Amino acid sequence: MPHINAGKTKPEYDVIIVGSGAAGGQTAYTLAMEGVKVLMLEAGRDYDPVKETPMFQTRQQAPLRDASTPEKAFGFYDATVDGGWKVPHEPYTNASEKSEEQFWWWRARMLGGRTNHWGRISLRNGDYDFKGKSRDGVGIDWPLGYQDVAPYYDRVESLIGVYGSNEGLENTPNSPDGVLQPAPKARASEIYTRKHAKKLGIPVIPIHRAVLSKRLDSKNIPKRLHPNNPKAAKILSQEMDQRLACFWATPCGRGCSIKANYQSTTVHLPPALATGNLDIITNAMARKIEIDETGKATGVNFVDKRTGRDYSVKGRIITLAAGSCESVRILLNSKSPIHPDGLANSSGKVGKYIMDTVGAGLGGQIPAWENMPPHNEDGAGGSHSYVPWWLYKEQLAGKLDFPRGYHIEMGGSRGTPRVGTFNGLEKFTGGSYGKQLKEDARRYYGSFMSYAGRGEMVPNDDCFTEIDNRVKDKWGIPVLKFHWKWSDYEIRQAAHMHKTFAELITEMGGAVTSEIDTTGKKAILPGGMIIHEVGGTIMGENAKSSVTNQYNQTWDVKNLFITDGGPFCSNADKNPTLTIMALAWRSADYMIDAMKKGDL
Amino acid sequence: MNNSNDPKRLDRRVAIKWILFASASVPFLNSNSFGQSGPSIPTPRGYGSDPNLLIPEAAPWERILTPEQFKTTTTLADIILPANGESPSASGLNVPDFIDEWISAPYPAQEKDRKTILEGIDWINAESHYRFGKAFHDLDSSQQKTICDDICYQPKAKTEHLAGATFFATFRNLTMGGYYTTDHGTREVGYVGNVALASFDGPPPEVLKHLGLEKHPW
Repeated sequence: MPHINAGKTKPEYDVIIVGSGAAGGQTAYTLAMEGVKVLMLEAGRDYDPVKETPMFQTRQQAPLRDASTPEKAFGFYDATVDGGWKVPHEPYTNASEKSEEQFWWWRARMLGGRTNHWGRISLRNGDYDFKGKSRDGVGIDWPLGYQDVAPYYDRVESLIGVYGSNEGLENTPNSPDGVLQPAPKARASEIYTRKHAKKLGIPVIPIHRAVLSKRLDSKNIPKRLHPNNPKAAKILSQEMDQRLACFWATPCGRGCSIKANYQSTTVHLPPALATGNLDIITNAMARKIEIDETGKATGVNFVDKRTGRDYSVKGRIITLAAGSCESVRILLNSKSPIHPDGLANSSGKVGKYIMDTVGAGLGGQIPAWENMPPHNEDGAGGSHSYVPWWLYKEQLAGKLDFPRGYHIEMGGSRGTPRVGTFNGLEKFTGGSYGKQLKEDARRYYGSFMSYAGRGEMVPNDDCFTEIDNRVKDKWGIPVLKFHWKWSDYEIRQAAHMHKTFAELITEMGGAVTSEIDTTGKKAILPGGMIIHEVGGTIMGENAKSSVTNQYNQTWDVKNLFITDGGPFCSNADKNPTLTIMALAWRSADYMIDAMKKGDL
Repeated sequence: MNNSNDPKRLDRRVAIKWILFASASVPFLNSNSFGQSGPSIPTPRGYGSDPNLLIPEAAPWERILTPEQFKTTTTLADIILPANGESPSASGLNVPDFIDEWISAPYPAQEKDRKTILEGIDWINAESHYRFGKAFHDLDSSQQKTICDDICYQPKAKTEHLAGATFFATFRNLTMGGYYTTDHGTREVGYVGNVALASFDGPPPEVLKHLGLEKHPW
């Protein structure tokens, strides 16, 4: 019985996992496939993408034509359920009144969490990304390196399916032959960008995204992933057969009913459930981790959101995969006489070094793209190409005024028109209306391009979170208070993004349509906007300076692990999800080993 | 209840820009429709944070346009996007109804547009009465055109017409937004996707030729 009600749990589980997204999904998958008895607690409702995804629904059918609203920040059809930068009944606070010092905390309260709507960009961290401080003197080195994580990147990519290519560029690791799926052909806007970017020395290459450009090899991949476990291989093979290849339509942000892209709910949880080793309770909001008199974790106390009743469940190992900040919240709310400053916090580092991705974007209108012949470029529902960071050498030589890089994502404009697609068109038409406006709409549709920079933030002492004892959520759980301040590193990086995008648009013969900010202060998006928050429970070499070891195991409580983005020591420009999954798999392997040895 | 992080403190234009560039694939003209400051205090009359996505229900909020205002809206929308050939008029695609839905919505971006549109409808009718002694929708088309020509382009509008020009810009945005998000309008503007394909073959030769990319294969 996989989905169970609160109160129907087994007396004890091997591992209790709080959270069901990329981290919880991967941790549960690895453990359940190896016979470990797992209980997963999810704070949101049950969710089934096969039954609930609006695949071909058009904007005409949606309220406000699918426009963004406070209740559905990415539009009506976005997969997110009960989520956003504000969640009903679950407030958080910011220490500062200033808007530039506020953090926006995104949550999704649903099975699978934000993996249901994420952008699917799946880039590996490289050597530099794990050892940034050794290379340039700023930030924090990880206690592990690329070679430690590479085998797990291979496994995750093989399991979830990632399209892309191996280009052999600096700090942009190749995957072994046969691991990646074929990259889809580039779109017109991307090819045009590549042609012109080349003159500026900027490379444009296929991006990596967790979308199946062909069906997975269900005969061989499962055997490779589970070499000594025929049962697991068989289950995975059957579940892989349920996944279809992308049919090049409908945006990934809505989720995917044919399971062509990665969502925890279509890729991780079905095989884990099929083993019979995973129980899931939804609407289960964790209050705190329970401990015994020796300080060892014994279980999790949660509230059943439907009834308001509290329950406790027991486990040999407790794993937080609730999202970096939510896991911090649970730790800090798990105070006891033995752990007066919160659980696993003898270092005082719980909640420290919260990082998001630096984001800034710029748009332009490209005359050469006007009146482009109509053609279908929906493609894989997200970017096919991107610009990896290309100035590593210049940066190391001190030629740039910021230490870390960014990549560039492409935003062509031949998607279904939105309500706002033609806002401001009078800048180009001189205010036309009538029949002329219809001609103008056809002429200018698809002639716009936007570039979005996604850059590395260096962890700093001003960005952290703690419990706000003045405020509780609907269930009486104390909430988080955020402190946030971008350093000059990030602000200068955002300025560089704007400068680069403007050069690119100009080189393409286009006109920049939004304000170019040479200071970076206006260009930079607020913390939390890119929804890549990591850190807060960083890993490290010792218990004094970090919360976990390199296996995501807390120093203070041996049977407590954190497999979400919390243990990240840096937040490379590479989107964090793939690395979260790779480290979660590695951590789960370590748990299995420790349980076998009797250490846990 | 204590709630800091009050979204009301944010400058709305800044918030729009944030959202615009936080989205993986963005529409890029500055949009006062897509943009929204995001944070949600549960909206009493909104569709909620977990609506039925498969069979969307009609927007739950009440419409606010009076029959007279609706007439003005219909007339102006059809001047902005008239029927021609096979292409229907704005009202032929129920754009006035969309505008009513939009400005009646209980969300901040729409509430801002509501003010602009309602004040603008008053403005254009007052102007019509001042010039021709009738409501806008009762004017003949040449009379309507003289007013529209004065307000259709903000940079060239005379001072006394600026309020009207601001209204016209927003109204045209919403008319185009309503028109080109219909199934018909989406196709008419040149979008040919939202169909399942066996393969994705990249841009066809005529597109590469149009862009001068024949020699830049990928």
